[in-house]
Amino acid sequence: MAGSLALLLLRGDDRIWIRRLALVVSLAEFVLSLWLIRAFDSSEPSYQLEEARKWISSPPINYHIGMDGISLFLIILTTILTPIAILASWNSINDRVKGFFISLLMLEAGVIGVFVSLDLVLFFLFWEVMLIPMYFLIGIWGHDRRIYAAVKFVLYTMFGSILMLVGILWLFNRTGSFDLPAIQAALQAGRVSLSLNEEMLIFGAFFLAFAIKVPLFPFHTWLPDAHTEAPTAGSIMLAGVLLKMGTYGMLRFCLPLFPAAAHRLAPIVAVLAIIGILYGALVALVQTDLKRLVAYTSVSHLGFVVLGIFAFNATAAQGALYQMLNHGISTGALFLLVGMLYDRRHTHEISEFGGLATPMPVLAAFFLFVSLSSLGLPMLNGFVGEFLILNGTFEQHARWAVIAAIGVIFSSLYLLWAYQRTFFGDVTREKNRTLPDASARERGMLWVMAAIILFMGIASPLITSRTESSVRQVFDEMRRNDKPQPVFAKQNVSPASPTQEAQGR
Amino acid sequence: MFPSHQDMIRFAPEIVLCVAGILIMLIEPFAGRAHRRVVDVMAVLGAAAALAAVVLPMRNSGTAFSELLRVDAFSVFVHAIVGTVALLAVMAAPSYLDREALPHGEFFALVLFAAAGMGVLASAQDLITAFVGLEISSIASYILASYRRNSPRSNEAALKYFLLGSFATAFFLYGVALIYGSSGTTSLPKIDAGTTQPMLLALGLALLFVGLAFKVAAAPFQLWTPDVYEGAPAPVTALLSTGPKAAAFALLLRIYMTVEHASSLWFWALWISAVVTMFVGNLTALVQTNVKRMLAYSSIAHAGYILVAFAAQSALGTAAVLFYLAAYALMKLGAFTALSWLSGPGERHMELDDYAGLASQRPVAAACFSLFLLSLLGLPVTAGFLGKFYIFDAALKSHLIWLAVLLALNTIIGAYYYLRVIVAMYMRPARRDFPVGKVPAGIATVLALAAAGTIALGLFPNYVIEFAARAATMLK
Repeated sequence: MAGSLALLLLRGDDRIWIRRLALVVSLAEFVLSLWLIRAFDSSEPSYQLEEARKWISSPPINYHIGMDGISLFLIILTTILTPIAILASWNSINDRVKGFFISLLMLEAGVIGVFVSLDLVLFFLFWEVMLIPMYFLIGIWGHDRRIYAAVKFVLYTMFGSILMLVGILWLFNRTGSFDLPAIQAALQAGRVSLSLNEEMLIFGAFFLAFAIKVPLFPFHTWLPDAHTEAPTAGSIMLAGVLLKMGTYGMLRFCLPLFPAAAHRLAPIVAVLAIIGILYGALVALVQTDLKRLVAYTSVSHLGFVVLGIFAFNATAAQGALYQMLNHGISTGALFLLVGMLYDRRHTHEISEFGGLATPMPVLAAFFLFVSLSSLGLPMLNGFVGEFLILNGTFEQHARWAVIAAIGVIFSSLYLLWAYQRTFFGDVTREKNRTLPDASARERGMLWVMAAIILFMGIASPLITSRTESSVRQVFDEMRRNDKPQPVFAKQNVSPASPTQEAQGR
Repeated sequence: MFPSHQDMIRFAPEIVLCVAGILIMLIEPFAGRAHRRVVDVMAVLGAAAALAAVVLPMRNSGTAFSELLRVDAFSVFVHAIVGTVALLAVMAAPSYLDREALPHGEFFALVLFAAAGMGVLASAQDLITAFVGLEISSIASYILASYRRNSPRSNEAALKYFLLGSFATAFFLYGVALIYGSSGTTSLPKIDAGTTQPMLLALGLALLFVGLAFKVAAAPFQLWTPDVYEGAPAPVTALLSTGPKAAAFALLLRIYMTVEHASSLWFWALWISAVVTMFVGNLTALVQTNVKRMLAYSSIAHAGYILVAFAAQSALGTAAVLFYLAAYALMKLGAFTALSWLSGPGERHMELDDYAGLASQRPVAAACFSLFLLSLLGLPVTAGFLGKFYIFDAALKSHLIWLAVLLALNTIIGAYYYLRVIVAMYMRPARRDFPVGKVPAGIATVLALAAAGTIALGLFPNYVIEFAARAATMLK
C-alpha cells in the first residue's frame, strides 16, 4: 500500500495534475482497503493477512505486518479521510502544492504503518516517521502561529515516544524479541514474567507516549495549538486518525502486555480521562474560536475512549473502538466544515459569523447534522459509541459512568450553542450576506461524510461483529497474562454485545 | 630489524596516504596555475586508493612492526571510517578553496597526513605508537584549522586548538610515562600483567583519559571545541569533528577493553563524563544562533551519546560505538559540507536568519541538510536513529537504566535546536536573495553520497552492524 507513494515523489510541479494524482492514489488505497474487509475473517480473533520479512539481523527486527478486527476499521478510516483531506485542500493550498500532497500521502502511509505493524520497532518507526510530514503540514501551510504549534507538537510527541523506545528495548531485553505475537506468547506461557515494579515502569513508558498522543488530560496542551494552526487537511488527519494511534496503542500494547500494571493504574487513568471529558467540554464552552472549540471537543471525546478502554470490559472497549471511528468521522467532518467557513471568511472567530444559515442553507444543514452526530444523537454514529462505553463502564464502576455522562450533556451544550451563534439569528456582518453556499465539490464531500455518519449510526452491527472477537481476545490475553492479582483483577463479565447493539438502535 | 612484507601490507592504508600526500606536495609547484586540477584529482585518487587499501589488512590481520600495531577487524572498521571521511573531505574541498582563494596542494597533503595519523591511532597497540599517531594527526589538524590565514577567527581557532591540544598531548605523554614506570611496558596487552605499583598505574591511566577526553571533546575537556569548530574553515571542521574523533574513540576503546585496570577505573569517570557532556553540549546548543557553532555544540553532545555506549562495557557497547561513529561521521560530514557551501564567500552567512526560506530557493540542498539534521536528531529511517537504538540497547543490557533515560531526555533537548534550523529553512519567508549559485559538482557528490549513506545505514544496516559486532569481539 505504501509503495504507491513513491509515484508522487517523482512528479513534476504541475499543480492540477498533482492534485488529481494524489486523489487517484488515495482513492485507490481506499478501494484496496475495502478489499481488506472482504479478505478479513471475523471469526478469527488473532492477526490475519500477515506478512513477515527479515530486515535487520541483530538485534532481530523484522518487517512483520498484519491486522485484526481492531486495526481493520482504523485502516479504513484512514483511507477514507485521506481523499477527503485532499479534496478539502483542493483550492485552498496553492503554495508548494507538490510538497503538500507528498506530505499528506506520507502521513497516510505512516499512520497505516502504525496500525498494521506487529513488530515493536517497526511500530515505533512508523510512529516517529509520521511526525515529519505532520510537522511540515502544520509548519508550512498552517496559520499565523504555525511554527510555535508545529514545534510544540513534535517536541511533545517525541518526548513520549523516546521513552517508549526505552520501554521497547527493555521489553526486548527481557523477552528477547521485538515481535508482538512472540512476546505475547512468551508472556502467556510464563517463560518470561515481569516483576510488578518492572511492569509498571514499562507500562508507564508506553502509556506516556500514548497518553500524549491521545491526548489525555494533563498532556493535552499541544492539541489546541496544533489543531488551530494546522491547515484544514492537517486538522482532519490529526483529529481523524493521528489521535487514534494513541488509543490504539493502549488497546494493543498496554492492556494485553502489562495487565497487572494496567489494573493497578486504571483508577488513576480513569480519573484523568474523566477530568479530560469534563475539562475539555468546559473549555470548549468558553472558546471564541470555532476551530479551537472543535479541538477541545476532541479532548473530551477521546477522554471517553480512554475511559472505555480502561473499564476492562469488552462492551466498553467495543464502544471505545467504535467511538474512535466516530470521532474520526464526526470531528473530521466538523473540521472540514470549519475549514470551508475559513476559506470564505479567513477567520475562525465565532463573533465574525452569525446568521450564516441565511446565505448558505446547505452548509448550515450539514453543520447541524454533523454536530448532532458528534454530540451523540440516537440514530447517528456518536450515540452507539458513547452508549456502549457508558454501559460497559457502568457495569464495572457505576460512579465513573455517572460522572462521565455529565460530559455528554455538556457536549450538546457547547456544540449547539456554538451552532446557534454561528448560523442562527440575523446576519450580523454585512460581508457575510453574500457568501456563496457549498460548491459541488464541497457538497460531494459532505454527502459522503453524512452518509457514513448515518450508516454507522444504523448499521453498527456490521462493524461491531467484525471487531468483537479481536476485542475479546485482548481481554482474554489480559486475563491469561495476569496471574496472581487477587485484589485488583475484577472479573470481566462481558455480556453478549449484539444485544446491546440492538438497544443502541 | 627491517619490516617484513607482511608488515607493509598491514600498514598499506597509511603508506598510500603518506605517499599520496608527499607526491601532491612535490607535484604542485610543477603543475602551476594552469594544471591545478591535477592536484585535486590526485588527492581524490589518493584517498580513494587508501580506502581501497583497507581491504589488504582485512585479509591479513595480525600484528605488525614488532607488535606495535594490531590490525584486526576493529582497526579495519575505524580505518574505513577515517578513509571515507578523508575521501569525502577532499572531494568537497576544491570549490571551497577556489572560492576562498586558498592554495590547494598543501590542504590536500595535510588532510591525507592527518588521515594517516588517525589510521595509526586506530591500530596502535602500543602507547608510544599511539602517541606518534596522535601527534601526526594533531599537528596536521592545527595547521588546517588556521588555513584561512587572513581570517582572525581562523587564526584564533588554530592558536587555541594548538595550545590546548599540546597541553592535552602532554597529559597523554605523562600518563604513558607513569604507566611505563609502574608496569615496565607500554604495550597494551602486557600492562595488566606487568603492574607492580597499581597507584601509579591508576594515575597514569587517569592522565591518559584526560588526554583522550580532550581529543574527543568530552566534558569537562570540551571548552575548545566550539571556538575551534566555528573558526576553522568549514571543510576542515567537517574533517576535525569526524575523523580525529573516530580515531581517538578507537584508541580509548582499545585501552578500555584491553587493560583491565582501565575498565574498572574508568567506569564512573565515563558515566559522569557522558552525562555532563550530553547536557553541556545540548543545553548550550539550544541558545546558539550561529548554525556552525550550534553544530559544534551538537558534536559535543554526540560525544556524550557515544560515551554512554562506552559505559556499557560490553561487546554490544563496542559495536554500538563503532556503528554510531560510522553514522555520525556521515551525517556530521554532510552537515558541515552543506554549511561550507551555503555560508557563501568568507563564511559570512552562518546565522540562523540567513537560512530563512532556503527551501524554496535551493530545495535539494535544503532537503539534504534537513536529512542530516534529522539523522543527528535520531529520527527513524536514518543512520542516526539506528545508532542511538544500538546505544540504548547496549546501555539497557548492561542495566544502565538511568543513563538510558538521561540519553532519552537529551534527545528531546536536541530535537529543539535541530528543528529550529529546519523551521528557518522551510517555514520562514526568505529574508533576502540568497547569494548562492549552483551547487558545485564536488559538493553535490559529497552531499549525495553522505545522504545516501545516511539512509542506507538507517535502512539496511545488516552488513555494517555485523562487521561492527565482529570488530567488537576482537577487543576481548
